[in-house]
Amino acid sequence: MKSDVMPGPATLPGADGAAARPAASGPGGDGPDGTRRAPARRDRAARSRRRWGRWALVALLVVLSVPFVFPTWWMATSSLKPMSEILRAVPTPWPQDPSFAAYGEVFRLQPFAQQYWNSLYIAAVVTVGTILVSSMAGYAFARIRFRGANALFLLVLVGLLVPSEVTIVPLFRMVNALGLIDTHWPLVVIPVLGAPSVLATFIMRQFFLGLPGELEEAGRMDGLGRWGIFWRIAFPLSRSAISAVAIFTFLKSWNLYLEPIVYLSSKDRFTLPQALTQYVDAYGGPMWNVQLAATTLTVLPVLAVFLVAQKQFVQGLAHTGLK
Amino acid sequence: MASSTLARRDAAVGYTMVAPAVLGALAFVVAPLVAVVWYSLHEWNVLANTFTFAGADNYERMLSDPGLRDSLLASLWFSVGLVVLNISLALVLAVLLNQRLPGTTTFRTFFFSPVVVSLVAWTIVWSFLLQADGGINGFLSLLGIEGPNWLRGETTAMISVIVVQVFKNVGLNMILFLAALQGVPEEVQEAARIDGAGAWRRFRSITLPLISPTVLLVSILTIVGSLEVFAQIAVLTGGGPGSSTTVLVYYLYQQAFRFNDFGYASAISVLLFVIVLVLTLVQWQTRKRWVFHEV
Repeated sequence: MKSDVMPGPATLPGADGAAARPAASGPGGDGPDGTRRAPARRDRAARSRRRWGRWALVALLVVLSVPFVFPTWWMATSSLKPMSEILRAVPTPWPQDPSFAAYGEVFRLQPFAQQYWNSLYIAAVVTVGTILVSSMAGYAFARIRFRGANALFLLVLVGLLVPSEVTIVPLFRMVNALGLIDTHWPLVVIPVLGAPSVLATFIMRQFFLGLPGELEEAGRMDGLGRWGIFWRIAFPLSRSAISAVAIFTFLKSWNLYLEPIVYLSSKDRFTLPQALTQYVDAYGGPMWNVQLAATTLTVLPVLAVFLVAQKQFVQGLAHTGLK
Repeated sequence: MASSTLARRDAAVGYTMVAPAVLGALAFVVAPLVAVVWYSLHEWNVLANTFTFAGADNYERMLSDPGLRDSLLASLWFSVGLVVLNISLALVLAVLLNQRLPGTTTFRTFFFSPVVVSLVAWTIVWSFLLQADGGINGFLSLLGIEGPNWLRGETTAMISVIVVQVFKNVGLNMILFLAALQGVPEEVQEAARIDGAGAWRRFRSITLPLISPTVLLVSILTIVGSLEVFAQIAVLTGGGPGSSTTVLVYYLYQQAFRFNDFGYASAISVLLFVIVLVLTLVQWQTRKRWVFHEV
């Protein structure tokens, strides 16, 4: 990732690095004969101290990892336990008699497969739509001169200032007036065209600003029009920016919670985050093993994809942090 | 003449390409923003189907509404607690990961992984862990400690919500700090080491000043983000016990969709917008002044 890089490091090493290195490795070998041994021994003591220090730091990292890793592991293992074992006062680190019974319940109590599909297809459509809208707008704002471009860009940027919670009341009214309550339309159209896609437009514009003009010139020579240049040259070159946009857009839609609970009311139209909270017994108490089984089914696929494409995920999400 | 036709055709393509984004911004950002201000000047109950102009009534009500005052306080505590914990933990993790220790890549994966876990899923697992008879108290009892009923005490509930959120997203800030740390020139560190500066001294006097622009920027981003916390509250505490964790956005949601008071909820939306606007402008200002940035 190239974000937040200090201007320094690239220019410094040449001169200063050469000067610093001999000084750093100095004390062991350079001294006159008589003083050579003592520093060497001291050096060894210091090095072993440093090695212990390093292992202490690794131990610290292991301890610090617990709250990050343990919940996921506890979720997966608890989903294999019966309620009686879950409620036992002394926790069992591993299910005594692992069973997938809770997973069956997940699908019996709710149209979970349908809900899974809802989340999946909504997130996919939003992602594709956002990539199209934001790459077109980003490209035009970066590379095409037209009157009012700056003003229009500022208008779009207003979206960065507006948290979705601020406009939820008027948007709910609008959706209601259009008769689209309890449909997936607001969950698809508003993210693609509204505030959530502005960050994507911004990122795409930044990317296209850095595109060498010669490439477009070459395209023009080959007889391509603006659309051709965009589709055949600029768009394919922006793969890194697109993958960043794709990842954070998909996860944002996949995680959406406020909007679904405001817009949707039938269980078979629910999205996953909303569905996960619905596994309660007749008294409103959570059915932990079933809820955790559903949660596991939600979390593990994304985690698996993350482990495979870690670098893209980290880069893509670092962009959202930097809006 | 040919070139001007070309320019005109180019401009036409430009307008077409930005049209979806611009029309979307008008329809789903600007219009709702104007509408929410307009609504906030009205007495509007959805169930009773009343919509009458009320001037500044909703804003006057805000001044004397103890519920709003509580929610602002809850938001303040949440934001302060979250920023302090999040930034310090992110710094510690980033510094540790910058030491070229064995297993660094694995640890980085661990710390980052909750960022990709669905927020509601993560919160559900923690609410399971934080039950009176849940995993955390279970393990505490093995150590002979009787843990509190975390989500039922006012203070412990707030702490729980903060901590759950910190572990969820601290990996993101950690990565931003790590990038900044890797931009601190090795030579300066080395020179200070030769001058006899200890590790802590080097961190305080060299590293921290050099990465302070990033720390500032990330802090403001974290504050803005913390104001939008909703799902965690809804799933973990439902705003309770009492109203101890009813943050501003949750209060807004209650007014609008529980009590159907759209007029008052709109006024709260305007307040939230102003707060976020001020913070974001501060952020842009500081970024311009401090941070060398390219995406």
